[in-house]
Amino acid sequence: MLELLTEKFSKSLLRLRDSRKVTEKVVNDVLRDIRAALLEADVDYQVVKSFLKRVRDRVLSEDLKKSLSPADSIVFTVYEELTKILGQQKEDLKKGVVLFVGLQGTGKTTTIGKLAHMLKAQNYNVTVSSTDVRRPAAMLQLQRLSEKVGVPYYSFEEGLSAVDIAKKAVERYKKEGMDFLLLDTAGRLHVDEELMEELKQIKEAVKPSEILYVADAMQGQEALNVARTFHEALGLTGVILTKMDGDARGGLALSVREALGVPIKFIGVGEKIEDLEPFYPDRIAQRILGLGDIQSLVEKV
Amino acid sequence: KKTKEAVEFGLLFRGRKVDEELFEELEERLIRADIGVKLTVKIVEELRKEAIRRNIKQAEELKDLLKGMLISYIKDCKGEIKQKDELVVYLFLGVNGSGKTTTIGKLAYRFVKEGKKTLLCAADTFRAAAIEQLEVWAQRSGADIVKKQEGSDPAAVVYEGLQKAVSEGYQRVLIDTAGRLHTKEPLIKELRKIKQTILRFVSEEDVETLLVLDATIGQNSISQAKVFKEAVDISGIILTKLDGTSKGGTVVPICQELKIPIKLLGLGEGLEDLQPFEPEAFVEELLS
Ligand SMILES: Nc1nc2c(ncn2[C@@H]2O[C@H](COP(=O)(O)OP(=O)(O)OP(=O)(O)O)[C@@H](O)[C@H]2O)c(=O)[nH]1
Ligand SMILES: Nc1nc2c(ncn2[C@@H]2O[C@H](COP(=O)(O)OP(=O)(O)OP(=O)(O)O)[C@@H](O)[C@H]2O)c(=O)[nH]1
Ligand SMILES: [Mg+2]
Ligand SMILES: [Mg+2]
Repeated sequence: MLELLTEKFSKSLLRLRDSRKVTEKVVNDVLRDIRAALLEADVDYQVVKSFLKRVRDRVLSEDLKKSLSPADSIVFTVYEELTKILGQQKEDLKKGVVLFVGLQGTGKTTTIGKLAHMLKAQNYNVTVSSTDVRRPAAMLQLQRLSEKVGVPYYSFEEGLSAVDIAKKAVERYKKEGMDFLLLDTAGRLHVDEELMEELKQIKEAVKPSEILYVADAMQGQEALNVARTFHEALGLTGVILTKMDGDARGGLALSVREALGVPIKFIGVGEKIEDLEPFYPDRIAQRILGLGDIQSLVEKV
Repeated sequence: KKTKEAVEFGLLFRGRKVDEELFEELEERLIRADIGVKLTVKIVEELRKEAIRRNIKQAEELKDLLKGMLISYIKDCKGEIKQKDELVVYLFLGVNGSGKTTTIGKLAYRFVKEGKKTLLCAADTFRAAAIEQLEVWAQRSGADIVKKQEGSDPAAVVYEGLQKAVSEGYQRVLIDTAGRLHTKEPLIKELRKIKQTILRFVSEEDVETLLVLDATIGQNSISQAKVFKEAVDISGIILTKLDGTSKGGTVVPICQELKIPIKLLGLGEGLEDLQPFEPEAFVEELLS
């Protein structure tokens, strides 16, 4: 996970520490390396620009920590800014109806299975249902997952629209006094007006406590635009990044909180039902910087 | 859509002087198209040099230069799906959710329409309801299907499928496999085993090993292509989800570095949403 960024960052920061004097040229070199690393990691172009500007401004304004060497101080500034754009704290889920949305194939259905498993282990009463009337065998997929987890799957007669299914599922969930209803939707393009309208209607009908945007961590430069369109249409309350078990570069991880203000809540780290983890921004930042001793810098400051 | 965006591409250049600002905007545009930093820097450098060498002052002239450059990078990667009257086996592979199963449905539909005796092979025995998903595509396309229980050995399904294909005279076999990240060695091994099973029935030249890449994915696609190529000798790429706003620019460095032919493009979730790869049109879209 994020190895590429880690490799590039730590190489360039180590070089910084090795240089005798932290001149402006050294700083510029480091920032240029970081820029290339971030862009290669698919971090949004504008986000990279503003991130570097902040780091540069802070470093050059000598807002440097007295307790650290100049080089360490720069490392620390990068760490702080990185943590900031990742979001500072991990956030919990509000009880209620949790709506899952996103592009095709990002991992919505699988993630519902995983989250149901996680919430069930925390002793919540969880139920799941699917409004995906489009993808072949999509409902069956969620039903199978629910059986594996051991939570009820609400199914209804065939031929209902997505919105009608959503309504019925919520009715039943309320009647049964469950804590969470995890509601699946069909994958869709952000530019598909008809299907985006359908999501708005589902939202209106179910009054979700959370709208979670499920995104593939390997997504490229369009990632942020897509997320933004979903956010503008629905008001997202959180992001889940999937497929972090590969060598995903973390582009969206570093862009989405910064640009949209929506926190990342979980990461998917595999295909199995247990493969979901809460998102800890500071740990991820430390991992990206790849410097084992960041913690000691933090303590010194 | 195509013409409108071609116009937009023109707008970036129209009536402008060749200056630093233009190069910066070009850089942003190329990076945003997922072409990658390395290649982008190289392209912009080359353009800069050419602009000086040929004393180009008007941006319009640069536009053609850039287009030509990009086309030259990818034109040798124009490829076509193997076709003949006898049996051809198409093995689909790729990371999770890239569009393998859906693309099989579309391609099977095309083969059936061409009158080819077509068989689907449900070798994704892992993901929940993957078999049933493929079954729906078999019905929609009019192809036959071979399947076993969820959890069976995928190579065993492939074996059974090819046995049936050979003994019953099928002309097209399309094999669906479970999505797998290229970083997972055991899963890559499993793919090799599937490939070897196929080669017990047909020779390498009658197998298409197709890597399905999702156009929304960024620079990661390059490592996917590298690793899968190394592991099972990919014979072609299918790039899906081009109906969204992603341009799939990663295929440019992939073409350049790995020279894997691009054989088809996916532009939707319907049976007919499959198109050939045309380098010139692709470049127009890329820069739009
Ligand atoms: N390696 C890995 N695979 C994942 C992860 N999350 C989901 N997947 C896989 O990604 C593929 C797509 O997952 P789905 O849950 O079907 O995705 P979806 O968003 O529901 O897809 P649509 O309903 O078609 O839009 C499946 O093969 C999943 O097993 C993850 O964290 N890691
Ligand atoms: N918009 C669009 N969606 C597509 C395209 N191709 C596939 N999809 C959708 O992407 C999602 C995943 O497609 P699948 O065919 O299930 O992908 P897969 O590679 O078989 O997935 P796994 O078997 O889970 O690894 C589905 O919702 C498809 O409908 C395409 O060209 N455009
Ligand atoms: Mg789904
Ligand atoms: Mg599949």
